[in-house]
Amino acid sequence: MGAKPRLGVFKFSSCDGCQLSLLDCEDELLAIVGAIDIAYFPEATRADDTGHYDIALVEGSVTTLHEAKIIHSIRERSTRLITIGACATSGGIQALKNGADVAEFISAVYAHPDYIATLDSATPIKDHVPVDYELRGCPIAKHQLIELIAATLAGRWPRTPPHATCMECKRAGHVCVMVAQGTPCLGPVTHAGCGALCPGYARGCYGCFGPKENANTAALAARLAEDGATGRDIRRLFSTYNANAPAFRQEAQRHG
Amino acid sequence: MAERTIKVDMLARVEGEGAFKVVVRDGRVTGTEFRIFEPPRFFEAFLRGRDLSEVPDITARICGICPVAYQMSSVQAMEMALGVTIPAPIRDLRRLLYCGEWIESHILHAAMLHAPDFLGYDGAVDMANDGHADKVRLALELKKAGNALVAFLGGREIHPINVRVGGFYKVPRKRDFAPLREQLLRAGELCEAFIDWTATFNFPDKERDYTFVSLRHPEDYPMYDGRIVSNRGLDIPVAEYNDHFREEHVAHSNALQCFMVDGASYLCGPLARYTLAYDHLAPRAKAAALRAGLGRTCRNPYRSVIVRGVETLHAIDLALELIDAYTEPDAPAVPFTPQAGTGMGASEAPRGLLFHQYSIASDGAILTAQIVPPTSQNQPSIEEDLASFIDDILDRPEQEIRYLCEQTIRNYDPCISCATHFLKLQIDRG
Repeated sequence: MGAKPRLGVFKFSSCDGCQLSLLDCEDELLAIVGAIDIAYFPEATRADDTGHYDIALVEGSVTTLHEAKIIHSIRERSTRLITIGACATSGGIQALKNGADVAEFISAVYAHPDYIATLDSATPIKDHVPVDYELRGCPIAKHQLIELIAATLAGRWPRTPPHATCMECKRAGHVCVMVAQGTPCLGPVTHAGCGALCPGYARGCYGCFGPKENANTAALAARLAEDGATGRDIRRLFSTYNANAPAFRQEAQRHG
Repeated sequence: MAERTIKVDMLARVEGEGAFKVVVRDGRVTGTEFRIFEPPRFFEAFLRGRDLSEVPDITARICGICPVAYQMSSVQAMEMALGVTIPAPIRDLRRLLYCGEWIESHILHAAMLHAPDFLGYDGAVDMANDGHADKVRLALELKKAGNALVAFLGGREIHPINVRVGGFYKVPRKRDFAPLREQLLRAGELCEAFIDWTATFNFPDKERDYTFVSLRHPEDYPMYDGRIVSNRGLDIPVAEYNDHFREEHVAHSNALQCFMVDGASYLCGPLARYTLAYDHLAPRAKAAALRAGLGRTCRNPYRSVIVRGVETLHAIDLALELIDAYTEPDAPAVPFTPQAGTGMGASEAPRGLLFHQYSIASDGAILTAQIVPPTSQNQPSIEEDLASFIDDILDRPEQEIRYLCEQTIRNYDPCISCATHFLKLQIDRG
C-alpha cells in the first residue's frame, strides 16, 4: 500500500457552498480524511502544501486575470482535475454579467470603479484547462461528491447519470407540477442529481444542475409559451445558475 | 529601525479569501488594512430586471454558509414593498429554518475553524488526529442536527429551495417532525458539553469598548426580525438603516466598509446580540453561559467562541419550542400581486446583521438592490482590533504575531464570499 492520495481543494469566484459540501459530510468526513491526505484546503486547514495533487477539486468560475493565470498552475500539478458545481462547470450565476456592460455593472455597485479589476465574463474552468470530470449542481449533491471520491479512490469511473431530472421525478413518484398545475419546470432539460427536489416541494425545477445531455430546450420553451409564459419569463428561466451553459444560453437568446 | 515583512499567503479557515497588512513604525502599529479581494460578482447589478419572486433564490447564492440569512432578509424586504403580512405560523417556520442555519454555521466555525486556534492546530483534522477526535465527532453530530433541520424545512442544506415571498412552497406536517425532535434533544446535550469544552480554552486578555449593533425584538432573541438597536442609544426601524449607517469604498478592498453616519465603527454578530439581548436567551443557554464564566455582557472578542456555543444552544431550545408549538398554517404562502414600491428587510445572519433594500417596478421587476452583509459592517472593527491588540507582542517571534492576527480576524467568523476573498497577512515594519 502506497502513500495516501493527496487532495487539493481550490476556490475561484463562487459562494463556498460546494466545498462546504465536503465539510457537510458529517458521517463520512473522518473516514474520508482517513483515506486521503488533505494537502490543500484553506477553508478547513492552515496546512499549505503546494506540491502535486492526485485529486484537485475546483470550485468557482474564472472572473479575474489572476484566476485565469493560477488555474494553469493547478492543472500542471494535478493528476485529476475535477470541477465541482455550476460556477466551475458553466460559469455560475455571476455569468449573468457576460454580454452586459461590465463598466456599468462596476459603477452600479462600487463608488470607485478604478479600484475594481475584473474580466468582462465569468467562464467555466474547462474554457481554460482540460477537466477530467465534472460534478454538476448549485450546489453539488453530497451523495455525488462521496461517490466521486469513493470511485476515484477505487480507480473506477464515478456514476453520475446524465439523464433528465424528469426521470428522477417520475421515480420519486411526484405529481408533475407542469401537467397538474401549469407551473413552469425545467425538469425535462435539466441534468439529474438533486433527486427532483423542487417538484417534491410543489415548485418547478429551476435548473441548478444545468442542461442534461442533448437537452431539447426548444420543445420545452414552446410548451411553456403554450402555457402562457412570456418571452421574458422564458429568458429568465434559462438565465440563472447555469446561464452560460451553451444549451441554456442559446435558448435564452432565442427569447431575448 | 528594524525592517521586517511577515507574510501569510492566505488566511485559512475563513469562508473566502482576504489579505491583511499591518504597518509597524518604531515598534508601534501605525496602520492596519483588512483586504478583501474576493472577486466581485455584481449581484446588486444583475438583480436589476429580475422578477421579485426570484430574489430569495438568487441572493442565497451570495453565500453557501448562510444562504438562509439571505433568503430571510430578502423575503422580508419584498413583503414590505408589497404590503404583505405573513401569518404567525409562517414566521415561526422561518425562525425554525433559521435555527438550523445558526446551529450548522456556528458549529462549523466554532469547532472546525476557530477552536484549532486556541489549541494550536492547523485545522480540525489535525485536532482530531491528536487526541481530540471525540470533540470533533461531537461537533460533527451537532452540526449535522442543524443541517438536518435546514434540509427538512428547506429541501437541502445549501441553497434551500422551499422559501418564497409570502411564505413557503410546502409546509411540513406536524407528525413529520418526530425524528428531528429526537435529534435536537440529543444535540442540546452535546451542545452543553461543547460549551463547557470551549470554556476551558485560554483567552487573550483583550477587550475593547465596542459599539454593538443588532436587531432587537420585544419577545425574542435577535434572529428573524426586530428593530435595529445599539448600546449607545440607537433604536430605529429597519427601514431607517440608510439614515444611520453608510457604506464606503476603500482602495484596498473589494468589499464596501460600513460605518455609523458619524464615522464610528461598530460590531455586529454574536457579541453584540449577546450583550444587547441577554435577557431573551433560553434559560438553558443562560445557565451554560454562566457556567462558562460569561457575564451579562461580553467585550472580549476571543470569547466569541463560547458565545457561539451559547447561541447554538439557544437555537436548539428555540427550535424545540417551535416544533412543539407548531400548527400547520392554512396555506403555505400568502398570495400577492406585484406592485411598485420600496422595501427593506434585516435579519441576524450567524455572523451579524444582514440588511437588504429593493425598489420594485409595477410589474415586479427589480429596479435597484442594496445588500449590506455583516462582514462589510465588521471590517472596520476588525482593523481596529488588530491595531490595538498586537502592540504588546510585537517583540515576539513572527509566527506568534501572525497566528494571533489570524485568530483575531477569525473571532468575527468573517464571511468573505458574502462581503465580496485570499487573506494575506503582511507586516510592514517600514
